[in-house]
Amino acid sequence: MNTLFSFRRLMAMIVKESIQMRRDRITFAMMLGVPLMLLILFGYAINQDPKGLPAALVTTSQDRYTRAMVSAMENTGYYRFDHVVASAEAADRLIKSGVVSFVVTIPSDFARRVQRGDHPQILIEADATDPSVASGAISTLGTVAAQALLREQSAEALAARQSTAALEVVVHRLYNPEGVTQYNIVPGLLGVILQLTMVMMTSMALTRETERGTMENLLAMPASPLEIMLGKVLPFLLVGAVQVVAVLAAARFLFSVPFVGSMSLLLASILVFVLALVLLGYAISTVARTQMQAMQLTFFFFLPSILLSGFMFPYRGMPAWAQVLGEIFPLTHFLRIIRAVMLKGADIHDVTSPLIALVVFVLGFMLLALARFRRTLD
Amino acid sequence: MNAIEVSGLVKRFNGKTVVDHVSMQVAEGEISGFLGPNGSGKTTTIRVMCGLLTPDEGTGRVLGYDIRRDGLKIKREVGYMTQRFSFYEDLSIEENLTFVARLYGIHPVVDAVRDTLEDLGLSSRRKQLAGTLSGGWKQRLALAACIMHKPKLLLLDEPTAGVDPKARRDFWDEIHLRARSGLTVLVSTHYMDEAERCHRIHYISYGKLLASGTVPEVIAGAGLVTFIIEGGDVIRAARELAGRPGVEQVAPFGLSLHVVGTDRAALESAVRAVAADTGATWHHGETGLEDVFIQFMAKSTDNMA
Repeated sequence: MNTLFSFRRLMAMIVKESIQMRRDRITFAMMLGVPLMLLILFGYAINQDPKGLPAALVTTSQDRYTRAMVSAMENTGYYRFDHVVASAEAADRLIKSGVVSFVVTIPSDFARRVQRGDHPQILIEADATDPSVASGAISTLGTVAAQALLREQSAEALAARQSTAALEVVVHRLYNPEGVTQYNIVPGLLGVILQLTMVMMTSMALTRETERGTMENLLAMPASPLEIMLGKVLPFLLVGAVQVVAVLAAARFLFSVPFVGSMSLLLASILVFVLALVLLGYAISTVARTQMQAMQLTFFFFLPSILLSGFMFPYRGMPAWAQVLGEIFPLTHFLRIIRAVMLKGADIHDVTSPLIALVVFVLGFMLLALARFRRTLD
Repeated sequence: MNAIEVSGLVKRFNGKTVVDHVSMQVAEGEISGFLGPNGSGKTTTIRVMCGLLTPDEGTGRVLGYDIRRDGLKIKREVGYMTQRFSFYEDLSIEENLTFVARLYGIHPVVDAVRDTLEDLGLSSRRKQLAGTLSGGWKQRLALAACIMHKPKLLLLDEPTAGVDPKARRDFWDEIHLRARSGLTVLVSTHYMDEAERCHRIHYISYGKLLASGTVPEVIAGAGLVTFIIEGGDVIRAARELAGRPGVEQVAPFGLSLHVVGTDRAALESAVRAVAADTGATWHHGETGLEDVFIQFMAKSTDNMA
């Protein structure tokens, strides 16, 4: 008999492993379902040349030249004017909180200057924290706007040729004028790193007890579900704190990412974010039956959140349904906060809604975990 | 008052009845043995009693608390030692005990841990990781952990499985010592000698409680007659006895043969005939607990199959 290799023994192993694989329903479903889901999701959602980006229009006049400019810009497909505001302050608030990616300002004397042939100007302020968002929209702009103006003028222009005034489009790349990718990626990385480690570690919290057989004993002792939950997740806040210090220091000293906002606001937001993550991990551990399943569920959650949160690809560039889907990840909201605070100097009013979203996640995951927790072995 | 009083307990898992209308009482200060073959429902019954499982039917009170509603109060006053070692292998003995002491809100923790360590002779090993302990020491740690909050009732699920005879003896001495000071103990076991150390025993098989009482009561209640055949060709005698009317068990014990049955007349005539054939002597013997249990096991039907 062959001691090195036997086909029968190999078959025995293969059959045994196949049976075990089939018995593990969650794993089986994930192996088949997840790749398909990810393919469909990302195949449609990810767009490296984002169009239809939200923009705010600052204008006080309603003349035909202004209308012509607006419709020309909308026709490029890059701009979607969701907000029309009268003051620069209101527009500033919108771009700072990330509601819009562009602010287009058409000065009140625009029409008069066109008619006089006196160098009409429009101002485009782009949120350049994510350089890829702004590039396409800005590069097409000069020619499109000039052509539109020419078309609008043509009737009179033929009569008075002198007045085909040269249009000047002034572009301000806000927050990241040089278009440095690291400014966008490094703060985002803090969110991603925290998410990966916090969720993965806490997702094993209960499955480890179950697998080692210590769960029965823990349940037989007078510890309440809330105590068990908090006792399991709070130590990770310390781990998170170490990571935060490391990443922020690296951002500052290795990548020279500017930090213009309030440190205390950022730290408070990080605390809420990390709480949401550890509670999410714990909620996963109340669902998974083994550590292996916990790991799989974590990754199942991890990949979509990276791709749909705006970490790798512009959030505003995704189709509406993908943006809605992106809202279910705490990372999406955290990225809005950290980019706004670090790069744009946003204050608490600018980031209220993502902050509230994170608090809702904390409460939601907590309730889910408590509802799923079984005090008995039934 | 009885420390444990349950009636009509039923527990099913996926349609299989694992505990089938079990009713039993354990008086305060009594050491009760819980016996039965593997998979007979001992562990499940114990888990129901300490609130780890909710019964599908039946009612019960443990230390006066309702097992359905007062699970938390029961947990605080009961010490439950699981069948499988279920303390943290990556914590030391001392760290495990400290954790338990804190969960039960014992004050001051340091004193309680030190006393428990001394009490059970664990002081010298207190820094050792629980995972590196041998079976006997693990059992000692588990016992220490479940009595340190001074429970009124101990539920021990096969505490001496895989433990050497000396450690078993020490363990039982410890249990008896504590029972004398008022602790009630329900202990499940496979060992006959341990059953005989209990004040009362309960025998469960395939989820059904078949007998309860003191050891002599259970033996008498089984209504068994035992004859002992000695000398002669014991192996041939055993072969010839098997299947004869009245013969229900034949078990060799060294050079003698224990023959057990319920029908005295039929059994006696079978034994007489076979003894004469094989040139052996026979006499009336005393029925042991083991004979009774073998009889129970043979009779009860397997509803798991």
